Amino acid sequence: MAKVSFDVNGETHQFELDTRTTLLDALREHLHLTGTKKGCDHGQCGACTVIVDGRRINSCLTLAVMHQGDEITTIEGLGTPDALHPLQAAFVEHDGYQCGYCTPGQICSAVAVLAEVKAGIPSHVTTDLNAPVRLTNAELRERMSGNICRCGAYSNIAEAISAVAGRSA
Amino acid sequence: MRSFSYERATSPGAAAAAAATTANAKFIAGGTNLLDLMKLEIETPAHLIDVNDLALDRIDETADGGLRIGALVRNTDLAADRRVRRDYGVLSRALLAGASGQLRNKATTAGNLLQRTRCPYFYDTNLPCNKRKPGSGCAAIGGFSRQHAVVGVSDACIATHPSDMAVAMRALDAVVETVRPDGTTRNIPIAELHRLPSDSPEIETTLQPGELITAVTLPKPIGGTQVYRKVRDRASYAFALVSVAAIVQRDGSGRVALGGVAHKPWRVEAAEAELPGGAKAVTARLFADAKQTRDNAYKLPLAERTLAAVLREGGA
Repeated sequence: MAKVSFDVNGETHQFELDTRTTLLDALREHLHLTGTKKGCDHGQCGACTVIVDGRRINSCLTLAVMHQGDEITTIEGLGTPDALHPLQAAFVEHDGYQCGYCTPGQICSAVAVLAEVKAGIPSHVTTDLNAPVRLTNAELRERMSGNICRCGAYSNIAEAISAVAGRSA
Repeated sequence: MRSFSYERATSPGAAAAAAATTANAKFIAGGTNLLDLMKLEIETPAHLIDVNDLALDRIDETADGGLRIGALVRNTDLAADRRVRRDYGVLSRALLAGASGQLRNKATTAGNLLQRTRCPYFYDTNLPCNKRKPGSGCAAIGGFSRQHAVVGVSDACIATHPSDMAVAMRALDAVVETVRPDGTTRNIPIAELHRLPSDSPEIETTLQPGELITAVTLPKPIGGTQVYRKVRDRASYAFALVSVAAIVQRDGSGRVALGGVAHKPWRVEAAEAELPGGAKAVTARLFADAKQTRDNAYKLPLAERTLAAVLREGGA
């Protein structure tokens, strides 16, 4: 067992955990924040994506004890049913899901993608590494490739993210 | 996952010393490969030494005009670094061709170099694997081997090294800096970091027990057109079947390293003398001692064609 404390959605939590506990399991099993989903549990599907200190990561591939003092944002921290985050609203508007299981990860990932583009971080499909990044459809799809949607709602997911990106551009 | 104890190291030297004196200890940084393997009980450390507090996350310019990349610099940050994008484009491109945005945000420079093979038989604990369980045999030889190595293989193992980043670093003649458990440091040219499988595929690098990578140094920029071309089963988020890192100069000289074909980034300096003769001449030298299987023989022409495309892009 080991002690750790970190912030989740603006609130500080203290834990005493088995060292084996992943961040994903700490969120779901200990804080009962079940919005973050366990898909493959091996970093292949992206359903567990959360934002830690402003960066998206796979919460299944990191130990909770390694996050002392970190600030973690999950889907529950982005918006509420009464006050949706713009990306949550856009996913509803553009029908960016079917079963919905990958959606929290898709939305957390998309929030971070927009920040990454704003910060000028290039991607595999960026033509010129030394020019500003434009969020084309190809850029969007490459940057979201770590989030698998088994229902295949990709085109609507891309539309939802593009709509928000266009508004904030 | 097997249970383990956990500590946060306070200095590189202390981390190396702890790794050497604690039974079955492993370093953990990004953890994206290690934790995956621990869940499958392919890796079963009894103690984890978290090195994330070691302040090895800077990229500094060296006295001779190169870059010193801290071991903990995340793949995202290395790929996006202004100097890397401008002067070492092949490295930026290789990093961006690997994994996903989420993984690159966690994965570190040193961890990327030390990641384990994605051979499906290494992952399948019901089958023999000399790398996972020395002496048990190799299920890939004679098995489904389309992903596997075509050169530098042994009768014990035909696994590939999965890294894209390491292939670019090999083309750039990077040097790996380490600290050993006795506190001494050394520099290892990247060509000498990874081993071929020989009869001990479980030993993948020339690092000594407890030795900790602290940085990777790039020599001063050599210019040229820098290209990284990765061929894979899907357009994103997949390991290479074949990849080519190339730096081509205006006079037609250059450097070529391949990924996805061997147990280490594959570069044969003598082959680069053949660059004026084109891709066929270069790959003939690179694959002079190839030992392909029925399933992966396609990698030889694929590598040649990929190199030809890269050389066209490089203007050679």
